[in-house]
Amino acid sequence: MGQSIIEKIWEQHIVHQEEGKPDLLYIDLHLVHEVTSPQAFSGLRMKGRTVRRPDKTFATMDHNVPTDNRKVINDKVALNQMTTLEKNCEEFQVPLAGIDHPDQGIVHVIGPELGLTQPGMTIVCGDSHTSTHGAFGSIAFGIGTSEVEHVLATQTIWRQKPKTLKIEINGKRQHGVSAKDVILYVLSQYGFDFGTGHVIEYTGEVIADMSMEERMTICNMSIEGGARAGLVNPDETTFSYLRGRKHVPTGEAFDKLVTKWRSLVSDEDATYDRVITIEAADIAPMVSWGTNPAMTSKVTDSIPTSSDYETVVGKKSLESALKYMGLQEGQKIEDIQIQHVFIGSCTNSRLEDLREAASIIKGNKVHPDVRALVVPGSQTVKALAEEEGLDAIFKDAGFEWRDSGCSMCLSMNNDIVPSGEHCASTSNRNFEGRQGSGARTHLVSPIMAAAAAIHGHFVDVRKMVEKQPVR
Amino acid sequence: MTRFKTLKDKAIAFDRANVDTDQIIPKQFLKRIEKTGFGQFLFYDWRYMADGSLNPTFELNQEKNQNASILIANENFGCGSSREHAPWALLDYGFKVIVAPSFADIFHQNCLKNGVLPIALPKEKVVQLLEKGKQQPYLLEVNLEKQTIRDDEGFQVSFEIDAYWKTMLMNGWDEIEITLQLDDHITAYEQALR
Repeated sequence: MGQSIIEKIWEQHIVHQEEGKPDLLYIDLHLVHEVTSPQAFSGLRMKGRTVRRPDKTFATMDHNVPTDNRKVINDKVALNQMTTLEKNCEEFQVPLAGIDHPDQGIVHVIGPELGLTQPGMTIVCGDSHTSTHGAFGSIAFGIGTSEVEHVLATQTIWRQKPKTLKIEINGKRQHGVSAKDVILYVLSQYGFDFGTGHVIEYTGEVIADMSMEERMTICNMSIEGGARAGLVNPDETTFSYLRGRKHVPTGEAFDKLVTKWRSLVSDEDATYDRVITIEAADIAPMVSWGTNPAMTSKVTDSIPTSSDYETVVGKKSLESALKYMGLQEGQKIEDIQIQHVFIGSCTNSRLEDLREAASIIKGNKVHPDVRALVVPGSQTVKALAEEEGLDAIFKDAGFEWRDSGCSMCLSMNNDIVPSGEHCASTSNRNFEGRQGSGARTHLVSPIMAAAAAIHGHFVDVRKMVEKQPVR
Repeated sequence: MTRFKTLKDKAIAFDRANVDTDQIIPKQFLKRIEKTGFGQFLFYDWRYMADGSLNPTFELNQEKNQNASILIANENFGCGSSREHAPWALLDYGFKVIVAPSFADIFHQNCLKNGVLPIALPKEKVVQLLEKGKQQPYLLEVNLEKQTIRDDEGFQVSFEIDAYWKTMLMNGWDEIEITLQLDDHITAYEQALR
């Protein structure tokens, strides 16, 4: 019987197996950031332990960093967390792209950008959006700080073999339907925890047609469906993205790797614990209206009403979400007025995302009631965007153009949405308080965010891209 | 990790679904570099008013719900961010057991690493417990060895737990220590890679 890529990678990484225990898995790449690592390094220090494989570990700082002026960090507690990472990396000899490093950026943007992320790897990071790296055909998942310490000390992790879930997305997307809309649509249909205990394999024509950036957006939000990880089989798109990247071998060594990577692809007769099939034609531009990412509808639809929910828990969740969001049952999505636009985060802050947003923005102005910012995913993305003149397009329209970081996705720095105000955000979570206490988040694609910035409310972005294909 | 064997203590109802870790411990408290002292910030945005005073309508602020160590919640508890600060905050506040119909994977794992016992029970059992937990005083007895949870009113149910984690919790073992005993396996794996 054939195997899926999930099973193949899993088996290749088993260091130790024992009846009644999870598998002990080897970890090929451990990404580290300032927020979830300090207690792990302290733990090592207290026990006199070392980092087993600094060469398989890579650190950056992203969650806390200011994006307006990185020379001045007023938040002393945040500054302490960043200097702690610097000291830890020095002491334990872990490579670090610190705040002044040209490679600095959001950990899930720089991993692929630097070619650290490769097919067939097991990748962990103390961050739930580690699932992003699955776009390359790796098993990548978020871990807590105790496990960060465990991986630092042992380069392994204990894990029960996951269940497998194949999501096949067939057909062709309409123009104006982004990768973000695809994953938001999946969440809107299958809920906030449908993936619990599973690793998702995304497949089908829609996924095959996607760029690496788009696949990263899809895999990134696997965790929003509760999945342990999400991945895509590597193909020519994957290999050509990786060729020539900083940490990717060149010449014959690269060709040998490609041969190995091809062998990982799921067998035709692989079986899965669960299969979901989706038709691209059913997917439209999406906007979240509630307080979890599954509370999302098509931009042309209205907010659901209590009668759309069968369970008491469902009705109660709708009521409390709409109370928090200051919205009404049955209200048209296009009528939601917004005051902020955030283009950024590990979901949608790559060069292609900025290009797409800029294609909508070009020649337009940000609505007078809207404050809009673009936060590139890495300093490299920022530099490349500036080479293409994207910064000028955004700035001319009235956007703020920032340095890289997690920024307004979770507002740990000073990029905050004020209480009661609505933000069209290309990030991944619309939880209560996520972008600031009382802030009201709407998850959207970069082109929807751009359109909302111009109009001050959501619009059917398909009408704006009819003449210009998204890709 | 401290050992967990049995616990008989006050259990309270927290009848909310999809409680995410951003609510359990908001981001502004993730900047500290210690594992301790997070209990004061637990459920911060729900627990406190904008002026810093206690929100009187929030479950945990009610007089009857003070000093509990067992929290009964609804499905998909602990979803979202991987922050281990969530179980640190729950533990520091005083919760040692969380009962719910389901847990998000990373949170579930993070609890076990810190000696907080996440118990998943069938939905109908949790609904019963939520009703019971709304009336105080209400005590539950958790026995990890027997894998049972019961009260003094005749409610009893057994729960599933991974055998590995049961052993780890009952002995309070350090997982890294266990893994380092397999160091030769890890080295052999690394050598085979070359």
